[in-house]
This record gives sequence, C-alpha cells and structure tokens, in this order.
Amino acid sequence: MTDTNFDVVIVGGGPGGYVAAIRAAQLGMKVAVVEANHLGGICLNWGCIPTKALLRSAEIYHYMKKAKDYGLSCDNPGFDLDAVVKRSRGVSKQLNQGVGHLLKKNKVTVIDGWGKLAGGSKGARKVAVTKDGKAVTELTGKHVILATGARARELPGLEADHKLVWTYKDALVPDTMPKKLLVIGSGAIGIEFASFFNTLGAETTVVEVMDRVLPVEDAEISAFAKKAFEKQGMKILAGASVKELKRGKDTVTCVVEQKGKTQEITVDRVISAVGIVGNVEDIGLEGTKIKVDKTHIQTNEWSETDEPGVYAIGDLTGPPWLAHKAEHEGVICIEKIAGLKGVHPLAVDRIPGCTYCHPQVASIGLTEEKAKSAGHDVKVGRFSFIGNGKAIALGEPEGLIKTVLDAKTGELLGAHMIGAEVTELIQGYSIAKTLETTEEDLMHTVFPHPTLSEMMHESVLDAYGKVIHM
Amino acid sequence: MAIKILMPALSPTMTEGTLAKWLLKEGDSVASGDVMAEIETDKATMEFEAVDEGIIAKILIEGGTEGVAVNEPIAILAEEGEDIETAIASVGDSKSEAAAAKGSEPAKMEKAAEKPASKPEPAAEKPTEKPAASSGDRIFASPLARRMAENEGLDLAKLSGSGPHGRIVKRDIEDALSSGAGKATAASDTAPVDAPKAAAPAAAKAAAPAEAVPSADDPIFMMLPEAEAVPHSNMRKTIAKRLTESARDIPHFTLQVDVEIDKLLAMRKQLNERDGADYKISVNDFVIKATALALTRVPDCNVAYTDSAILKFKKVDMAMAVAIDGGLITPIIKDCASKGLATISKEAKALAAKARDGKLSPEEYQGGTFTISNLGMFGVKTFTSIINPPQGGILSVGAGEQRPVVKDGALGMATVMSLSLAVDHRCIDGASGAALVKELKALIEDPIALML
Repeated sequence: MTDTNFDVVIVGGGPGGYVAAIRAAQLGMKVAVVEANHLGGICLNWGCIPTKALLRSAEIYHYMKKAKDYGLSCDNPGFDLDAVVKRSRGVSKQLNQGVGHLLKKNKVTVIDGWGKLAGGSKGARKVAVTKDGKAVTELTGKHVILATGARARELPGLEADHKLVWTYKDALVPDTMPKKLLVIGSGAIGIEFASFFNTLGAETTVVEVMDRVLPVEDAEISAFAKKAFEKQGMKILAGASVKELKRGKDTVTCVVEQKGKTQEITVDRVISAVGIVGNVEDIGLEGTKIKVDKTHIQTNEWSETDEPGVYAIGDLTGPPWLAHKAEHEGVICIEKIAGLKGVHPLAVDRIPGCTYCHPQVASIGLTEEKAKSAGHDVKVGRFSFIGNGKAIALGEPEGLIKTVLDAKTGELLGAHMIGAEVTELIQGYSIAKTLETTEEDLMHTVFPHPTLSEMMHESVLDAYGKVIHM
Repeated sequence: MAIKILMPALSPTMTEGTLAKWLLKEGDSVASGDVMAEIETDKATMEFEAVDEGIIAKILIEGGTEGVAVNEPIAILAEEGEDIETAIASVGDSKSEAAAAKGSEPAKMEKAAEKPASKPEPAAEKPTEKPAASSGDRIFASPLARRMAENEGLDLAKLSGSGPHGRIVKRDIEDALSSGAGKATAASDTAPVDAPKAAAPAAAKAAAPAEAVPSADDPIFMMLPEAEAVPHSNMRKTIAKRLTESARDIPHFTLQVDVEIDKLLAMRKQLNERDGADYKISVNDFVIKATALALTRVPDCNVAYTDSAILKFKKVDMAMAVAIDGGLITPIIKDCASKGLATISKEAKALAAKARDGKLSPEEYQGGTFTISNLGMFGVKTFTSIINPPQGGILSVGAGEQRPVVKDGALGMATVMSLSLAVDHRCIDGASGAALVKELKALIEDPIALML
C-alpha cells in the first residue's frame, strides 16, 4: 500500500460502513474501509438477507402445502434443507461481491484486516490494521468512523455451543432439521427463525420474557401475531424465562418458568436470540474519551463520540438495530463532516421496522400505548385484511392495519401492520411521515385498486369514522 | 469549541437585514456584552452584542452586506487558546471551510467540502439564504406544519424552513413555538404601517419593481420620463408589504368629526406659560392624552382582531407615526392613559428624536394598541390613514384652523380641527367607533376634563 492517508477511515464494512464510504466518495473524499470478515457485514452475510432467502423457501413450501386451496395439485411437497441453505448462502455471496464492486467503482480503498484506533489526535487519527495477529498497515484519517456492528447476546447458562444451542449464525446453516425446537426470545430474529422452522415442520416453542411476543410492536399486533402463530402450531410462552438448559447427547431439556410454575421441555435444538451486544472490544477504545454504555458507544445526534474526529454509527451505537438505521446514520455523519447544508439528525420515529415471519409484521412510529403516554390525544384506525378484495383473492384474509394519528394535528404518529406483504407496504407510511402528511392528505391519496395498499387508506379513514369497506 | 455567530433577529418580523458595519476585526477578542457589529433592520440600526466570549476567528460576511438572512452564519468565534484554523474547520460550515481552504493548508478535505456546492447535489439546500416567505411567494410547508401553524396561530410567512429546499417542517414550527417567533396574533408585532393615503400611491409605484432594481433598458422606463431607481430599503419593503396587507385584508371604515380647540389652545398657553415649566406641551400631546383617555372609556375600541379572538387590551399603548428619513416609524408611549400631559409630551419628543436618529430599540416601537398620525403641521385639513395591524384603529389629525361655525343659529368663528378615525370593522363596529369619536370630541372641546 502506497498511501495511508485518508480523509475518512471507516472501521467495518457492514451496511453502515460501506454506505458511508460510498457517500463520502461521492463527495470527493478519499476513503478507506477496514473489514475483518466480509463486506456487507452481518446484514448481508448472516442476517437480513440470508434469512429472507430461507423464509422465501419456507413461504413457497407453505403455499405448496396449500396448493389445493388454489385449485392446484402438488402431491407430497417436500424440501431438501441443504439445498435451501445452499440457496441462501448463494444469495449472500452474490450480494457480498456486489458490495465489493460498488466500493471499487467508487474508488474506495478496502483493507482486509482488523482495524482499531491507535492514537493520533484530532484531524489525524490513526487506525492500526492487523490480519491473523500480524500488522498489515497503519492508516491515518482526518475522520474515523467506527461501524463494527453487534453480535448475539449470550446469557449465563444459555450460551450457544453451536451444536445443540444455536445462535442466529448456526441457525442459518443448520446441519440437521430439528423435529423439536425451542427459541429463546421473540424479537425479530427469534420469531423469524421460529417461523421458518415451524413452517418446515419443526414442533416449535417460543419463550419470551416479556408479557407478549414481538414486544416492541403495538400490543394489538402482538396479540394478533400470537394467535396466528398458535394457529400454525407454534407454542408461545410469554412472561416466561428459561432457567436452565440441560444439555444431553443429542437433545436439550429446557427448564422454563412461567408465572411461578416450572416445566421441562425437551427439544433437539435451542436457538438463543436474547438480544444484541455491541462489538466494542479490541477496537482501541481504551485510553480514549469514548464512552461505552451497556456495550454500545455513546454518540450525539451527529454520531460524534466524545473523541473529536471519531464517530460511531449503526448497531454499535444501540437500538434500533437495523441496517437502514445504520445506512442513514452513515450518510448523515458523512454529510455533516463535509459541511453540507440542510443535514438533519435521524428521526427515530421515522425508521420503519420489518419482521418477516408468517404473517409478516411491519411498523413505524409510536404504538398506541406510547402515543398516549407521550401525551397525544389520539385517533386510532383499523382495517382488517378480510375487508380487502386483493387479500381475499390472494388467499390471505388474515391481517390488520392499524394507524395512530394525533387528534389535534392529524399527524400520523404510528402505523402497525400484520399480514401478507406488509413489509413492502410500510414504506408508504414512511414517506407519509417524512413528508409530514396529515390525515387529510392520506385520505386524498388515491391508492390503486385492487391492492393491499387500499387498506392503508381505509385504516386512516376508519380513524375518522369514514371507512368504506367495513 | 468554535461557535458560529449567526445573523440575529432583532425584531419578530425581521427575516433579513443589512450587516452595516463590523466594529471588530478578525483576531480581536470579544467578551460577552461587547458590541460586535451594527445591524440595520427593517426599522432601525441596532447594535449587535456578543453573548459568548472568544476570538473572532473568521468574518464570513463583510460589513455593508445587504439582505443577510436571519440565522445565516456571519462570523466564527473561537475559544481563547483554540487554534484558529482548526476552529474554523471544526465549525463545519461549507462557507467557512471554503474560506479556510484559501488559507494556509489547501487540504483535500476542504476541497471535498467545496465540491458538492458546484455539483447539482440535491443536498445543497439554501433555506437560510432565502427566507421561505416574502410577500406573494408561495410558502412551502409540510401539511403537518401548516396544520400546526394554524392551530397555534403562527404566520408561516414569518418562519424560515429547514426542510428540503427551505420547506417549513414540523421542527421549524416546534422551534418557533419554543422561541416565540412567528406569532401572527400577538399585539407585540407592530410594524410602521400608518401612512396617509395621499402618500400611498407614490410608495406603491416605487414598490412595483419588486426584487431587482430595474436597469436603464428595462421596459418599465419606456413610457416614463427619465428616473432614478432607488433600491428598496428594508423599511420600504416592510411598509409596502404591511400597508398592502392592511389595505387589502382589513374591512375598514372611517368616521370624521370636527372639534373646536379654542379652549384647548387657551389651556395649552396657560400651562406652557406657568413659572418654571420644564415642558412645552403641543396640541398633538393633548390629542394623544385625550385619545388615550377616550379609549379607556370606550374599551371596545382598544382592541385587535385575531383569527380566533378579539384581544381587548387593558392598557392603552399609543403608537405615534413619526416621519423619518426614508420612511416612517411608530414609537410607542406605553400606558398612555395613566400619564400626565407633561410626561407624555417629554416622552413623545424623546421618542421622535430617537426615531429620527434611527436609535429606537425594538421594544420602543413594537406593541402599540392604537395609532395617531398627525399631518396638521403641514396644513393638511383632513385625511384618512391605513390601519396599523394588528391594531384596531388609527386616528388622523388635521390642522387646527379658524373656520366659520354656526352656533345657536348665528354665524361665528372658532378654531376647528378635523379628526378622522379609521377602524377595523372586524373588531370595532360603527356604534363603538362613534362612541369613541364622541368621547374624544367631548374631551378635546372641554380639555379641563382631561385633568379628571
């Protein structure tokens, strides 16, 4: 390597890091990305993308089993788990190479190795890069962005052994199809894997410590999801916790406590999805002013740490742990560094979240409960899939779109959806929130017929007693 | 940490101003309270004081620059001991970085920062350079911002937007609510508006070529004799905007009355000739006092109309129109009804003098409840004025002159003055206006009652 001086050095090539790098390159900066494993990070290689590939297989399998309902025949539908996983890995590989091309196209220098802060001062920060314990190079950046991401949280006694007790990573490349499965945690990661293995036929139990599944979602959506999962044969234990894992030769006996009662559930595999911790170790934070709270780096609204010229973005800085949050933080951070005008901090209430279980769940903004406790006088609209022509035609009559609006200003405070394809619908409300529409604009918007999106219209109409098809 | 010094808003209506003069230069140190610059607003020249202390690292906008938008960075203040170059860079303003690039270290970063400006980048908004709202322009605001402004009684035209392409968005409304800017309904928002109708056509003509000053080959000069184009001052723009709004939007009517002032003149003479008198009371001072008193007796006329309510003021803060170089302004005698003639006279003189020197502070010309305009000294017999919003009324005072009058069936002579009251019919009805005129006439014609 000839030149080691950069305008911006980014540690971590995940969705936060590589997007920030491309934006910086667009603005004429000289950028380097240091990545230890694979470009695209967890999202692309071990998270968002490969799970979507798996869930797509599960979805098609689900439809194959329901072929008769559609007047089709599909005798003895089956699957080959290895082939399903192979497809998923292939999808990740394709996109991983794609990120490499994008960075090359934008003339971003990619350095293979482990980056860590190595002193320097404001305006000339050092980043030391090692590979397999050997020093590769030392870079100097006027600005350094830490984007090292996060990993699965391990609880004492529930640690993954990668054979009987899996993390998301193990679950993505399962060596066997478990007959019985227990998933600890019902956040997006836990519930997606539960949905996948349950659809493929595993007898699945989900243990959630909070009083409801998908606890960050609106309570009505949680309740709807619970019913739908149970209808598919999933067992949901909410307000419950796993006290002990008795690991046998090829099975695990889980001691689960719920409302003071203890029961033992023996399963083939356990998936631990009890949250996320930031990757703050061995990135050179020692001796800096950078503050870490509960494994996450503390930053201000511009992603600046307490060390001038060092920034942190994405999962490393805390929830919501979403790729699109990291991407936007990266872009904002770079544009702020470049001194562009009209740059604003990311508004958390405008970040949508999607969970690709069956049925899908998507939401943005405040839940009804949170809106009320924040002091809003709310109007709430609901529309069920059963009232939508396209949903019936699709054979997907189960679902709900709920909207929460401010009674005084008509602001769309939040939207909460469950049902077929809602992850593709939520962006409509994201645009609405970003453009600051009121109920009036949403009512005047023409949604095409016949589409599922019509329900987004009807839900708002319902909040004002104007619903048509209910 | 370096700080950007922003163009201050010296009055609620100010959207831009002229940075008349820097009193400091780069490298000077500043303490809180030091006068840094003179800013010319639409109404007056104000001294701009420092809030923070430090060293002027960089002046971004030179003295004598016109049309500087409120909140536009005008200078960078560095901390004591802070490296000037890094201070400038740390502020992160493209303008300052561009400036720094010309300095000692032509670093690549600065180049990077400059680049987006030359590219047609969508991110290169200039909301602060062009206030979102000048009269007649479409105001860009999100639906939610419009709804919130409506709910809160904010005038979007007075806010500048921070959204894409200067769009006014929710956070701008929230900022305005917390800072109190943009209040459409508050009575404190008084601009110099009163002008006799006779003078208005001339002003309107001058205001016609709105933004750019027409050049000699402009078609506007084709039909006209040779003329000199005088660019609008901020005051001229405000006068044009507010007068037009008032004349167009307020359903006004006028009530005329002649009052005899012989007794008043005699009393004035008596008062001014008293031994040791340190005052010289004018006829206008009497009119101010009488009007204030009349308004307290007919409180239905001491009002302002707003979209949601009529504001009934508890005190009379009397605005008086003062002609000044390049325009006019309306300084205010506060709580006028409770003040004696001597006090009113002294305050009126002091305010008029300050107005002519351009030294009025915002609180001295904002917030009147009623206006008096007097053109009597020019021999004008009678005239009507344009209402000074959001006030409900304005009194026009003509010259006192000897006129024939019929008294008890016989022709006699008296010194007579014509008064004309223009009111906003949305908040003052005919009977209330007439009651005020009647009370005013009674007080002026029997001035001893002013002592009661």
